[in-house]
Amino acid sequence: MLRAPRPNPRLLNWFYGFTPPERGAVLLRHRRVYIVPTRLGWMFAATLGLLLLGSINYALALGFVLAFALAGIGLAGMVHTARNLALLSVSAGRAEPVFAGEAAQFRLYLENRARFDRPAILLRHLASGAQLVVHVPAGALTEAVLAVPAARRGRLALGRVMLETRFPLGWYRSWSYIEPDAGCVVYPRPERAPLPPAGLHAGTGAARALGSGNDDFSGLRGYQRSDSPRHMAWKVFARSDNLLTKQFSGDAATELWLEWEQLPAGLDTEARLSRLAGWVLAAERTGARYGLRLPGQDIAPARGDAHCTACLQALALFGTP
Amino acid sequence: MTTLLPAAHPLAPELRAVGGRELAGLILALLLVAAPHALRAPWWVTLLTLGLYAWRAAALLNHWPLPRRTLLLLITMAAVLAIWLQYRMLFGRVPGIVLLVLFSGLKLLETRTHRDAAVVAFVCCFLLITNFLYSQSIPTALLMVAALAAITVTLVGCSAPGRPLRANLRSSALLLAHAAPAALVLFLLFPRVPGPMWGLPQDAQSGVTGLSDTMSPGNVSELAQSDALVFRAEFAGAIPSPRQRYWRGPVLWDFDGRNWRAGPALLIEPPPAPQGGRNYRYAMLLEPHQRNWLFALETPAQRPANANFTVDRQLVSVLPVRSRLRYDMVSVADGHTEVHEREALLRRALRLPDDYNPRAMALAAEWRRDARDAEDLLLRAVGYFRNAKFSYTLEPPLLGRDAVDEFLFVTRSGFCEHFASAFAYLMRAAGVPARVVTGYLGGDPNPIDGILTVRQSDAHAWVEVHLAGRGWTRVDPTAAAVPGRLDFGLARSVPAGAGLPLLMRPQLEWLRGLRHSWEALVHQWNLRVLGYNPERQREFMSWLGVEGADWRDLAVALAAALGAIALLLLAWSLRRRARPDPVQSAWQSFCRKLASRGVERWPHEGPRDYSERAAQRMPGASDPIRHIAALYVELRYGRERPPERIGELAQCVRVLRLA
Repeated sequence: MLRAPRPNPRLLNWFYGFTPPERGAVLLRHRRVYIVPTRLGWMFAATLGLLLLGSINYALALGFVLAFALAGIGLAGMVHTARNLALLSVSAGRAEPVFAGEAAQFRLYLENRARFDRPAILLRHLASGAQLVVHVPAGALTEAVLAVPAARRGRLALGRVMLETRFPLGWYRSWSYIEPDAGCVVYPRPERAPLPPAGLHAGTGAARALGSGNDDFSGLRGYQRSDSPRHMAWKVFARSDNLLTKQFSGDAATELWLEWEQLPAGLDTEARLSRLAGWVLAAERTGARYGLRLPGQDIAPARGDAHCTACLQALALFGTP
Repeated sequence: MTTLLPAAHPLAPELRAVGGRELAGLILALLLVAAPHALRAPWWVTLLTLGLYAWRAAALLNHWPLPRRTLLLLITMAAVLAIWLQYRMLFGRVPGIVLLVLFSGLKLLETRTHRDAAVVAFVCCFLLITNFLYSQSIPTALLMVAALAAITVTLVGCSAPGRPLRANLRSSALLLAHAAPAALVLFLLFPRVPGPMWGLPQDAQSGVTGLSDTMSPGNVSELAQSDALVFRAEFAGAIPSPRQRYWRGPVLWDFDGRNWRAGPALLIEPPPAPQGGRNYRYAMLLEPHQRNWLFALETPAQRPANANFTVDRQLVSVLPVRSRLRYDMVSVADGHTEVHEREALLRRALRLPDDYNPRAMALAAEWRRDARDAEDLLLRAVGYFRNAKFSYTLEPPLLGRDAVDEFLFVTRSGFCEHFASAFAYLMRAAGVPARVVTGYLGGDPNPIDGILTVRQSDAHAWVEVHLAGRGWTRVDPTAAAVPGRLDFGLARSVPAGAGLPLLMRPQLEWLRGLRHSWEALVHQWNLRVLGYNPERQREFMSWLGVEGADWRDLAVALAAALGAIALLLLAWSLRRRARPDPVQSAWQSFCRKLASRGVERWPHEGPRDYSERAAQRMPGASDPIRHIAALYVELRYGRERPPERIGELAQCVRVLRLA
């Protein structure tokens, strides 16, 4: 099969004027702002040619004035189109983790340090086609959110983003590429699956409802934000305004280990991670303390948002450097 | 796995709906450029086009759906058919323009997107340039500027939907201001090519009035009611007196009883300059009249470039005068020419049709019998015209078959062509060679710039007779019959208010003053803008220091000038980087100071976290570090930015000392 020769990446970086990924704010120097006429621009050029021919043929002095005025507008328009993009400063913000199959919300900040506004700037994520048009007022910092579909778990780098403008005439298209150092953690797509039995190992097939582990009431402790409402001591609260949480005894029943090894041998890595992610969410919902055991990595049992996030992140980044 | 299809391009013009404001701008631009055409087009075209514009405006205001393609196609076909029926052609100049006017309305009715709007804008440009075929005056130029501004604002508005109009106006003004230098350089240096490159349509220059190469009773007096400019003459030195301002035009030889015709123009080598008169040097700026002849003060002594003398001392150009022509001339007043005229020409100057005007023939025969010689005969004829109480009128009565008889003995009122025709007839009948000369008599010197303006209303006809020993001698029978015509011009020679052009009426002196200033301006416009031709271009280049510039020199100069303008614009776009925000620059200098001590800010670290980390790493300076961070957060994210707090921040950063 015939394939086009791959261009040398360093040559490409030189051509585009930057080496990805770029940290911090990216200033779009003139060097990396490109410009070509649009189809309207070519139409305008044809009009100009016809006007000029007519002026020469009919010896129309004012026809020359008109044609040359349009040519002057064309020249000035070229500079103005490039100016609408040049020296804009772009920086990437934080992107919250998402589950695979959702869209990662990448925030880009466009800072216009000039005294003129920059209307109609298109941001387009090249890999996914996600795009939006923003207007950056003079001296302002404008936030643009690119919704990039996250297909696979792992770390999703933003990749190349194109900024384009055709303002003010629409006769030219000026564009620039940026590749900011922005990434987003993508959790595995959670699989809805029943939780494994607590304290037992995979393959035994014994099913015992997790909820039963909550039965042996052992005392009260102060409420923490991550506690499940089902475990709150509502009767005490009604009497005394003290918000307390019921504690139950029996570690074996309430500490749940979500283990890689528990899963059927036939599942591949991604399916295992999906199921584990589903379990983490389910376990968090039930309010149980749960731990995660992956090959080469253990997360001790706990509960709460931070713990859940840590587990999901471990699953997301499993096997990635 | 979800993959998005590549989404539609949000900046693509064919996908962006055109806004109401932009559409209004477009309709305004169309009204501006179509207005001059509408005044000339057939009434139904004007009405239909205005109706189409109004339809689009109403659809915009009332949110009506636009008409279907098929309906528009039907209207188009009906209109094309009607235009063909009216003109019997579609690709001449006039039907072409009328079609363009109609199409502008039809295209407007299917204008939905930015792209359609751009097409209408280009149609506007074509409507503008076709208007220049009729008029290139200063008001036309102002109209063009207004239309260009409207088009630019519309295009800018299309590119930035929803932006405030004020901002769009500002962007457009800046764009136009930046376009001006390049336009000026192009106008001055773009190599101009003389003449048409291909044949002009048959009707390319219709409706231009002026002298023709035939003269029949009534056609000069028609001209006398026109105020249109014929030429201007700028004298170096003295201006000839009104009695000498005879501007020679077509010379007519052949008479058929009613019409005088020029006959074939016989070109000759430049004849010797006439002797004995005063020399006048002047520059002529002739309006285009689509004919070959050039006017000159009598008697022309030299020929301009690309022009020849005819055998009757007329100047004819090699090419018809299709654009305003400037040429330098020298004339000699009161000279006599061609003392020894060719026999064939003298015979031609005696030829008369048979069986016409018996009474005039009889009068001539009587003079011939009584006169001692040709000069005596001439004096008798002039005396006859002076004493016969002819009246001079712009509305001469119609004449029948024997036009000369009727004029001389019945109606006795007419315009110069009647006098000239009758006089030449009598001379020929009496055996003196005579020919009719048409041209202009007079000219109005502008007190502001001293330039003489000659209009169609100055059209005149006189006679030349050939006398032995003196050659061709000018005789003006009109001047003999109506002496005032010569000294005071047409206005004082005809009865008051008798169909004179408004501005020739003597009561309106103040209006004439205003008109003189305006005409001085128009003259400069004609000379410098409209008359800018390859020759002027060479003069401009030699003023720049390049002698004998050809198109290559011009191209080099043009490229250099345009390159310089582009670089200047680019430098301007680079320069407009605003000074950095003082808060931001103080913060950056603070970060640099900390970084030089090994505490570098991580890309996603906020000011609070960063300053806290730095304060812990450098306990000696923890207080100022925390203070600076708090100030920065307050100024950057707070609602107010008091200048003294900004100063305090900058001061704190400046005095910060790190161990």
